[in-house]
Amino acid sequence: MVELKVTRRSAFEGLHAIGVSGKVSATPSALATRFSFRGDHEAAQRASKAFGVTLPLALLKAETNGTRTAISLGPDEWLLIAEDGAAQLLADEIEKALGTHFHSLVDISHRNTGFDVSGAEAATFLATGNPLDLHISAFPVGMATRTIFSKAEIVLWRKSADTFHVEIWRSFLPFMWGLLEEAAHEL
Amino acid sequence: MSLHLRTTQSGRINRSKPLTFTFDGKSYKGFHGDTLASALLANGVHLMGRSFKYHRPRGVVTAGSDEPNALVSVGVGARHTPNLRATQVELYDGLVAKSQNAWPSLSFDIGSINNVLSPLFVAGFYYKTFMWPNIAWKKLYEPIIRRAAGLGTAPTSPDPDHYSTRYAHCDVLVIGAGAAGLSAALAAAESGARVILCDEQAELGGSLLSDLHATIDGKSASEWVAHAVQTLSAKSGMVTLLPRTQAFGYFAQNFVGLVERVTDHLASPDKKLPRDRLWQVRAKEVVIATGAHECPLVFPDNDRPGIMLADAARIFANRYGVRPGGRAVVATAHDSAYQATLDLKAAGVSIERIVDLRHEANGALPNAARAAGIRVDVATAITGSTGSLRVKSARVSKINTDGEEDIPCDLILMCGGWTPSVHLFSQSRGKLKFDAERNVFIPDISVQAERSAGACKGSETLSDAFADGFSAGSDAATKVGFKASLHSVTVSGVHEAKGGFLGAVPHPHDAGRVKAFVDFQNDVTAKDIKLATREGMRSIEHVKRYTTTGMATDQGKLSNMNALAIASQALDKSIPELGLTTFRQPYTPISFGAMANHSRGDLFDPVRRTPTHAWAEKYGAAFEDVGLWKRAWYFPKAGEDMHKSVLRECKTVRETAGIFDASTLGKIEVVGLDAAEFMNLLYTNPWSKLEVGRLRYGVMLNEAGFVMDDGVVGRIAEDRFHVTTTTGGAPRVMNHMEDYLQTEFPHLKVHLTSTTEQWAVVAVQGPKARDIIKPLVKGIDLSNESMPHMSVKLGKICGVPTRLFRMSFTGELGFEVNVPADYGQAVWEAIWAEAQKHNACAYGTETMHVLRAEKGFIIVGQETDGTMTPDDVGLAWTIGKIKPDFVGKRSLTRPDLVKSDRKQLVGLLPLDPKTLLEEGVQIVGKANVPTGTPALGHVTSSYESAVLGRTFALAVVAAGRSRIGETLYVPMPGGDIAVKVTDPVFYDKEGARLNG
Repeated sequence: MVELKVTRRSAFEGLHAIGVSGKVSATPSALATRFSFRGDHEAAQRASKAFGVTLPLALLKAETNGTRTAISLGPDEWLLIAEDGAAQLLADEIEKALGTHFHSLVDISHRNTGFDVSGAEAATFLATGNPLDLHISAFPVGMATRTIFSKAEIVLWRKSADTFHVEIWRSFLPFMWGLLEEAAHEL
Repeated sequence: MSLHLRTTQSGRINRSKPLTFTFDGKSYKGFHGDTLASALLANGVHLMGRSFKYHRPRGVVTAGSDEPNALVSVGVGARHTPNLRATQVELYDGLVAKSQNAWPSLSFDIGSINNVLSPLFVAGFYYKTFMWPNIAWKKLYEPIIRRAAGLGTAPTSPDPDHYSTRYAHCDVLVIGAGAAGLSAALAAAESGARVILCDEQAELGGSLLSDLHATIDGKSASEWVAHAVQTLSAKSGMVTLLPRTQAFGYFAQNFVGLVERVTDHLASPDKKLPRDRLWQVRAKEVVIATGAHECPLVFPDNDRPGIMLADAARIFANRYGVRPGGRAVVATAHDSAYQATLDLKAAGVSIERIVDLRHEANGALPNAARAAGIRVDVATAITGSTGSLRVKSARVSKINTDGEEDIPCDLILMCGGWTPSVHLFSQSRGKLKFDAERNVFIPDISVQAERSAGACKGSETLSDAFADGFSAGSDAATKVGFKASLHSVTVSGVHEAKGGFLGAVPHPHDAGRVKAFVDFQNDVTAKDIKLATREGMRSIEHVKRYTTTGMATDQGKLSNMNALAIASQALDKSIPELGLTTFRQPYTPISFGAMANHSRGDLFDPVRRTPTHAWAEKYGAAFEDVGLWKRAWYFPKAGEDMHKSVLRECKTVRETAGIFDASTLGKIEVVGLDAAEFMNLLYTNPWSKLEVGRLRYGVMLNEAGFVMDDGVVGRIAEDRFHVTTTTGGAPRVMNHMEDYLQTEFPHLKVHLTSTTEQWAVVAVQGPKARDIIKPLVKGIDLSNESMPHMSVKLGKICGVPTRLFRMSFTGELGFEVNVPADYGQAVWEAIWAEAQKHNACAYGTETMHVLRAEKGFIIVGQETDGTMTPDDVGLAWTIGKIKPDFVGKRSLTRPDLVKSDRKQLVGLLPLDPKTLLEEGVQIVGKANVPTGTPALGHVTSSYESAVLGRTFALAVVAAGRSRIGETLYVPMPGGDIAVKVTDPVFYDKEGARLNG
């Protein structure tokens, strides 16, 4: 038996930090556990207890409790984000809470990677590739949605007035990052 | 700079900031605030270009974006930009501009022979003259005509600038920042609405910037503009002001495209700034305030340098402080030219005469001109001009008389009235109506959430423009839900201006022998329009195409109404009966750079890389593109080419083992109580009885019964399948599954989740595969008994969780190690370290292709082409015979799909074992067949095999399985290649090695 210490290697390796002083910065989020949770409202309510966050039943909403966040992506779909290393434990607890009630829980911890865009110009910065209206009146704090950035699918969540969280499939990250680097030049 | 051509103090130029620039290599001086056109005029240069077809000398006609003649090239080398309007090019220090369409020089242009030969070049000449012989059109006539008639030349090197894009949303988008636009923006902004105000010019203000007489609420026009801009700027965050920004296209649902020219006006721009920025604006409400175009008069030789629109001359004098001439003759049919004349007189231009086509001109402005001592001749037409590189005299004639008088001058001002700029309204699909009294088309029925204000709506006075603007701005804001109060301003100092004339100006000459230009840019004359009607063109759309009038950058700005009027007279139909041509995007030309913006080079499309990409790069892999993915293609050692590398990799895998990155395979987690039933419906195979922990090769059909994808599927739990798809097919398969789940099988309790990127996949294949991974795996018994071919077990490898597949796409003992992607590279490196102990290799997609072909395994998209059934490619065994239904099942019994002569997958062995067939070549039954003989099939894959020691191929051949043993032929330019038809499995037919 060969003993190896294997740790997670972030998809951000090799990418440079993006920051325009006083305007915007893009910062990789900590490694995380993620699940795609599918089911009806009853399933969501059962999962809420096990997950420790109320899965929002309203569309386009994110709920947070400490290190855990639940984002509604559709009437029967949630993205669950939790601290790294919690996958097995959380899966066990959520499966237990659901029992035979129809649902689907799939580990996507490594499929997505996440980062925060923050600063006074955060919305403008993201508007270089995202066609939604990100004005605070149209996209308030706590709102989240699956959308696009240029040709990449992302999940966008407004954590505070000037901070957005972005979730993106790992292989699309360098593409979006490259576009953001270009956008940062002209801010 | 000829200072005598500058006015003493008026204008918005900064006289304390002189600039140097060159035009056609000659150095000139101008001021900050000048356009290239105004600076050239200040240096006495009127000749700015040669016309498109006849190469006639041309000067500037307008002062704005509707300029048809003064098209210049600006910049050098890769930054050389052709066909810019000199009236829009802002001057900066060191600007290098060149004239176009002239050789060897602007003043002596050999191409002007076309002017003499013009009877040959009438409208539609190219449809008639150059028809025969056919081949000559492409090879000879078209290239020559294109070169002769071309405008500027495009640079040949890559564009060194960068371009950007931005989405923006607002409650009210105001297009145009003249009196109407500014007041609309003020009204909307005051209500609290989010406003974007854009204008194509460098300064906001529109016609107010050249108005020296108006008093608005006690302020001069320029003071009022400054105040308005200040008020709007103060609302930062709510109001976005975009000067130098062209609204070029109005699309569906109030989506408007803007291009902002960010750095073109700067001598040494910050390299970080984009040259152009594309704004994609979604506006809840739009106010169009785009003004009106002054209409030229169509008289013989109306195109000489020194002949310009009256208001353009006024703008040059009032806004840019330039006297465009010393002695002017004014030809008009509209009162507004009188104001221009008075302003030019005040600027020091000697006014020789005003001739007015109208029988009476008794408005306030004509009377003011008379009072200023200017001679005004009514019922008098301008009937020609003299001069070559600059106008020398104006020819005038009392209407309906033969006598003509030449008035010496160096400037002719013309004004046929005003055409509302309805381009964007029309692009929004709004319906126009014709105002017969004033001979203008104006907006009538809106289709989108927009309204027009000011001159573009047909309003004629400055007071009306303000009133329109305030009302439109407040209406737009109210529609969005804001409370807007109605403002008004008091305007004094401006006089009513009426009039207008459309069509060809009457003259005593033979109309067939003069050139009276309707469309300057396209060299279309009044007689061309008449010719078009004589040749049977009835609709204005036909006339436009036959003559090219209103095409290219003009888009009807200057030429439309005159062309319509001439055609209307010739056909004896009213203007509305003839219709109006379509106003197309873009309103003015925009750069390709702006449209492409970031989509170039590495950012053209996402480039997807696997977690082990960096390792493969380090180990010298060559990569191939598969969809958006980069996949390691082969791993050449020093001195190896692709061929040698692949032969070595194939041999190593078969003899020991190889490791391969299969991470790009699509993966879908199918979860739910009805997961097996869903799989039964989406794949040909039966799934209900597949045990947990076992794998099965699945084939997916489309509704037509043709193979669309394949892949190995593992049953992880009763209600959970791990489905793999082809690399390129992943999104298509996901869509297909989701589509059927939602529309055909919504009763099934199943959810689908893409896990393609969750898993990194290391394939370990070869006799030593088990030995390689064994030291790394924990909690899984790898023995044949516990883990036979086509099974899956969960456990750990290198201490991290794995879904370990025992499977093979090579025909050897094999495993596919699935680990969460962030561990991918570390696990790969650990496996590689073990692999090296066994002299195994890393291999790429090419080796994978060869090895699977030796086993007769198909690749969807290579052996299949969207018309192959499972039976065609030897996969009938995958079909669950007792399943009541699956997608494509019914189609499989269609008569055409059960024919015995369908193309079937077979193997081919060239009789000469060294001959490598080309993929895609056709196969026939006999040697030396004539060209045109129908093919029996074609070669789908062809390789050299290390283990077979010869070349081989896969092919699809009509009734191929019944031809096994026959010799067929592949006709090639060098002669037929004889091939023997074989079974498609070339290696280890009984599959013993899989179970090793």
